[in-house]
Amino acid sequence: MATENIEIRGLYKIFGKKAKSYVDAVRNGMSKQELQEQHGHVLGLKDINLTMPAGSIQVVMGLSGSGKSTLIRHINRLIDPTVGEVLVDGDDVCKMGTRALRQFRRHKTAMVFQKFALLPHRTVIDNVVYGLELQGVDKARQQEAGRRWIDRVGLSGFEDNYPNQLSGGMQQRVGLARALTNDAPILLMDEAFSALDPLIRTDMQSVLLELQAELKKTVVFITHDLDEALRLGDRIAILRDGEIVQEGTGQDIVLRPADDYIESFVKEVNRGRVILVESVMQSGEAANASLELKQNTQLEDAARSMTQAGTDVANVIGKDGQCCGHIQMGAVVSAMVRQDDEGPARQASSL
Amino acid sequence: MAEWYQEFPAMSRTGLRDLKKGIDNGFREWTREHGDTVESLFDPIKELLIWSERLLLNTPWPIILIAITAIAWLGSRKLSITIGTLVTLVLIGYFDMWEDTMRTVSMMFVCTLVSIVIGIPIGIAMSKSNVLERMVTPVLDIMQTMPGFVYLIPVVMLLGIGKVPGLLAVVVYAIPPIIRLTNLGIRLVDKEVLEAADAFGSSSWQRLKNVQIPLAMPTIMAGINQTIMMALALVVIASMIGVQGLGQPVLKAIANQYFTLGVFNGLAIVGIAIIFDRVSQAYGKRLQAHSEVVHGH
Repeated sequence: MATENIEIRGLYKIFGKKAKSYVDAVRNGMSKQELQEQHGHVLGLKDINLTMPAGSIQVVMGLSGSGKSTLIRHINRLIDPTVGEVLVDGDDVCKMGTRALRQFRRHKTAMVFQKFALLPHRTVIDNVVYGLELQGVDKARQQEAGRRWIDRVGLSGFEDNYPNQLSGGMQQRVGLARALTNDAPILLMDEAFSALDPLIRTDMQSVLLELQAELKKTVVFITHDLDEALRLGDRIAILRDGEIVQEGTGQDIVLRPADDYIESFVKEVNRGRVILVESVMQSGEAANASLELKQNTQLEDAARSMTQAGTDVANVIGKDGQCCGHIQMGAVVSAMVRQDDEGPARQASSL
Repeated sequence: MAEWYQEFPAMSRTGLRDLKKGIDNGFREWTREHGDTVESLFDPIKELLIWSERLLLNTPWPIILIAITAIAWLGSRKLSITIGTLVTLVLIGYFDMWEDTMRTVSMMFVCTLVSIVIGIPIGIAMSKSNVLERMVTPVLDIMQTMPGFVYLIPVVMLLGIGKVPGLLAVVVYAIPPIIRLTNLGIRLVDKEVLEAADAFGSSSWQRLKNVQIPLAMPTIMAGINQTIMMALALVVIASMIGVQGLGQPVLKAIANQYFTLGVFNGLAIVGIAIIFDRVSQAYGKRLQAHSEVVHGH
């Protein structure tokens, strides 16, 4: 599967009539509040620089109003930036003409929306093939691909229903099937699961992870839910007031929150399911260890295995199958339990 | 107290007379010069009017009866409406109003067709441009509130009496709802669905054809329904400028105090109005069948 990486460089978005004329002021430190109160312009995004590697899931997390939905809409240019570049495999999306942009949207990207945004007057199958219809693919192939993806998201038998007849979870499966049928290397998901019940949301996350393991698309996933971000994201960027405050893997963010804001986010996280053995292991092979664990084992699973094996030390096996260190039960437990008196800086240095 | 306080200081009588005369003469001269050209512009519509009237009058009545009943069935898929249509038409024929009714139906059909063909594109253009919306809305207000008789005058001055001026007067009166409701319907289309259409790479024509028009269709159908009703209302008034049909007996009844003649023809107009209203509404409702069945019901 061909994949494309996305690179965002120096992106600013200011909403208002004379947006361009305030870019320099914002660059020189004018705050969002100042811009709004004194000049009546809204700062949407400020100096965004982000590289999203091909074939992985990049989560952009933030609370409402943080600019995350604005950011994802720059990738397929549903919103035009005030200044900056959005490079997809080296091509700047912001410089494309109408025709090129349309082709780019048809062939390179597909999008899933928070409120599903299905066409209510079309049946499930006709919704799903919408992207192929725009691409001008012939009818037989449209139907074949549409039915295959409807089957993959578990909606076989509902092809001829209207969206209104389906539950929210099922409608979003249609939304996902519509995006996947498009066969685009980039999948943009704007709070795709936020409108669903918790159980169905977890279910849909599993569907996405399962499909991604096979398809290896470049996925950009927007969410306000940290648990969702940690579960799905190969990398996570956290947005606040239009700025990226931290970017890294889920572990980076949980173990080394950049500031108090993120710290307050990660407080409630189940660390045992985020932190991996490799982050807390010590170097050298332990001679007395009877148990071997892979380096990407979650701490919770490691603790369970060690308890079941009745041991408090295990060797860690790296990707190459060689032993790359060992881990003590004490270290596992102390990493799983948040140390309240530790500031972010000290926590980082203790690793 | 000063005179200007008691009575509104109006323009002097001679001044006012000269003004009105000036405008009237100017327009009259313009119509004398260009009347023929303008009239020839409407020739295709005249042909259409004559063709449709001949079709309805020359076809034997049982075929028309069956055809209209069949259209009522195909449009509404409701037995009650279909039977109602059949009974109404039979009564109209029995009371010897068949020919006048056919003339009225023909006129109304062409007027509605012209209104749709002109009105929907204007509505679409309005929905795309706020400037255009601000410019067209007051014109529509004038068209809807100006008493019907008033714009019969310039039309008659320009084109004389007959079918085409009648059609013009009817269309001017009946077209505002379809323009307004097309504009409104498209503006009300869910922004998220439009965004999805864009995200998948729709051109603006594809967006219009696949999303905006279908989703605005219930509103547009309401506009068409209103246009039909208003066209029917003015077809009667237009009988004053020589439009044949059910309006003329009504006009005659008013002039001569023939009460029964007036009521019969009036009821025939009501009858066909109800037929067209119910059938077009039921058809509009069937178009949005997809929104009727909701999850959980």
